[in-house]
Amino acid sequence: MEALRTKAKELLAQGEVQVVIGYEAGTAGVRRPCFVRTAESAIRLVWDTNCIGNLAGYLTRPEIKRFGKPAIVANNAVLRSLLQLVAERQLQQDAVLALAVAQDGVVTELPTAQAVEDYLAISPGGLSAADREKMEHLAQLSREERWTFWQRELERCIKCYACRSSCPMCYCGHCTMDCNRPQWVSVPSHALGNLEYHTVRAMHLAGRCVQCGECGRACPVGIPIHLLTCYAEESVHRQFGQQAGTRAKLDYALGAFRPDDKESFIR
Amino acid sequence: MAKPFEPKITAFVCNWCTYAGADLTGTSRIKYQPNIRIIRLPCTGRIDFMLLQKAFARGADGIIVSGCHPNDCHYSSGNYHARRRWMVFNDLMEFMGVDGRRVTFSWVSAAEGTKWAALVNEVTDAVRQLGPYTEYQRLIGAGVA
Amino acid sequence: MATTLKISAASLAALFAVLGDAGRRILGPAEVDGRIELKAVRTLAEVAGDQIQPVLSAKETAFPRVERLLSYRMAPGKVELQDYDPEVQPTVLFGLRPCEAAGFNSLDAVFNWDTRDKFFNARREQLTVVGLSCTQADDACFCTSVGGGPGSTKGSDILLTPLPEGGYLAEILTERGEALKDLAPALFQPANGEDKEAMLAKVEPSFEHQGLAAKLPGLFTSDIWAEQSLRCIGCGACAFVCPTCVCFDIQEEADTKQGQRLRCWDSCGLRQFTLHASGHNPRSAQSERWRQRIYHKFGYFAERFGGPMCVGCGKCSRACPVDMNLKEHLTQVYEV
Repeated sequence: MEALRTKAKELLAQGEVQVVIGYEAGTAGVRRPCFVRTAESAIRLVWDTNCIGNLAGYLTRPEIKRFGKPAIVANNAVLRSLLQLVAERQLQQDAVLALAVAQDGVVTELPTAQAVEDYLAISPGGLSAADREKMEHLAQLSREERWTFWQRELERCIKCYACRSSCPMCYCGHCTMDCNRPQWVSVPSHALGNLEYHTVRAMHLAGRCVQCGECGRACPVGIPIHLLTCYAEESVHRQFGQQAGTRAKLDYALGAFRPDDKESFIR
Repeated sequence: MAKPFEPKITAFVCNWCTYAGADLTGTSRIKYQPNIRIIRLPCTGRIDFMLLQKAFARGADGIIVSGCHPNDCHYSSGNYHARRRWMVFNDLMEFMGVDGRRVTFSWVSAAEGTKWAALVNEVTDAVRQLGPYTEYQRLIGAGVA
Repeated sequence: MATTLKISAASLAALFAVLGDAGRRILGPAEVDGRIELKAVRTLAEVAGDQIQPVLSAKETAFPRVERLLSYRMAPGKVELQDYDPEVQPTVLFGLRPCEAAGFNSLDAVFNWDTRDKFFNARREQLTVVGLSCTQADDACFCTSVGGGPGSTKGSDILLTPLPEGGYLAEILTERGEALKDLAPALFQPANGEDKEAMLAKVEPSFEHQGLAAKLPGLFTSDIWAEQSLRCIGCGACAFVCPTCVCFDIQEEADTKQGQRLRCWDSCGLRQFTLHASGHNPRSAQSERWRQRIYHKFGYFAERFGGPMCVGCGKCSRACPVDMNLKEHLTQVYEV
């Protein structure tokens, strides 16, 4: 943690970056986002195993962009998001300095996308063991049981859009959910509206989801919605052999094709 | 006596192949079951999965999505793009527990009038067998106080 | 009106059966799939004991997240219009925390301010609130800073307070509470000078709400809103879990033959809330939306109704994905 604070202080004092996006101590042990803009306030930064949130969403927010060049305290999820944002041309690869912090507190500066790719090659991360287990459990259920499971879960959805707002890949200025000419998805959080919303969200993140699980953590009513986007992402990986958040040069899987894409269900 | 169940099938087809193919079915005077409502779109590339959701939300019991065979797209690659999206959507439907037997994807060219008739008959029979898609239709109006 | 009685745990359990027999639906905090939610219960045993409060508030029982106001059908030459009158079973909200119970006072004020809202009132009139005083609090709680408290009677028809020797003190506060008690008067005993405070949680006040309200007019252009809202991601979680937030959106779901008009929860934290058809947005930045949330709750509402539109329950702080702790932010504003 000291190494991180020293590094942040140094970067800010030398003017290499104008803001360090990191974690600070929040309510009852929670680690929450903070934006350090002066060398003196680098002391606010913390780093420990509770720093699990994905901060990459702030990189595309106008409120944060206006500060100038950012450094971002990065766990693996942040690094994967960074690569995906570069791949989707939402970030210039040299416009952000990633500060990867190892478990022992050693800070590695990753100034380029190549450096991020190399770092991730050593420690990739991805779906947690618990999530993997849930996913496999669901896969083993019958189709009807899965339907019942998701209906029961989605019934809780209040459409607060915390999942969308917390997702680093949901940077669109005008979301499909907000289109009303035509009204693609019903706005109310009734049964149909909820099913449609979460299907659209999963489809729109297929090939783009970095599997950070932030949407699931953000959900106030505890729906494991990240499983939907993670599943869609894995479907892309399985069928088209590419994975979001692994390379800075990556064509959008659903914006590309191969004439020999293999499927077995089209008649 | 209650009328026997007749399924409502919505078909989303491309303008250049399947729609023309369905036209050929008609001009060839091949009869097929009348349960289908055809919606013509410029290309399968335009057939967004949200349209499929809309069809179910309006009470469809089954859906057909059809366009030009690979390599035959009028716009050269629309169907290849569509195929990728269907591949993921098909997978996701399965994971969310949507009844995949009610959505049929196919390639029907402008020359395949007989294939179209056979496809529609087959899908109609299969969905008639499955019965109304009550699981989904139950969602309509649910969650509204 | 208020009379103070006692009820033993066994009698309280018996009261559940009496309520059920009298055709009352009982909703209480209970475990569903590992989460505490407000759900229909039949017995006291089903009610979750050791918990602060559910994520969602009980406002849904009077102000549902999606509610049908009317529907219509096109007929040859005319439109057939159908009105709705909510049919609601008499309901007992059991075990609401005093903060949440007080939330109903805010809702009542807004939904009856210049027009009596038919839908809200039809549901509200069927509710009897049996509050349960708090014996524990967490870092999000701040009821005592906004005029409430862990044993506050505001908004409850009956307030139960656990006693050290077991059983509960039962304050019968309103006519509705009286009516409920009268279903089984034998289950209650006269109180005997028990100490209501004995088991109550200690919630230290963090600020003083009149002082906060007085500060707000001078802070409209302050940087504090931009600073506080930097991490806000602009979702609607805080408003949707809030027991006093009343904003709604009207959605028309229609095709060429028929349609229905629905009232749905909305939130001032969402960008679209103030987005004009022209594309102009008078609250275009998240900082402005955050400021509006604070000003509405602690400024404008207080001016109109004499108190804040906040009960200090802390639901928003617990639900927030990025820990926008309301108590902390308000204290900061108060101390400017």
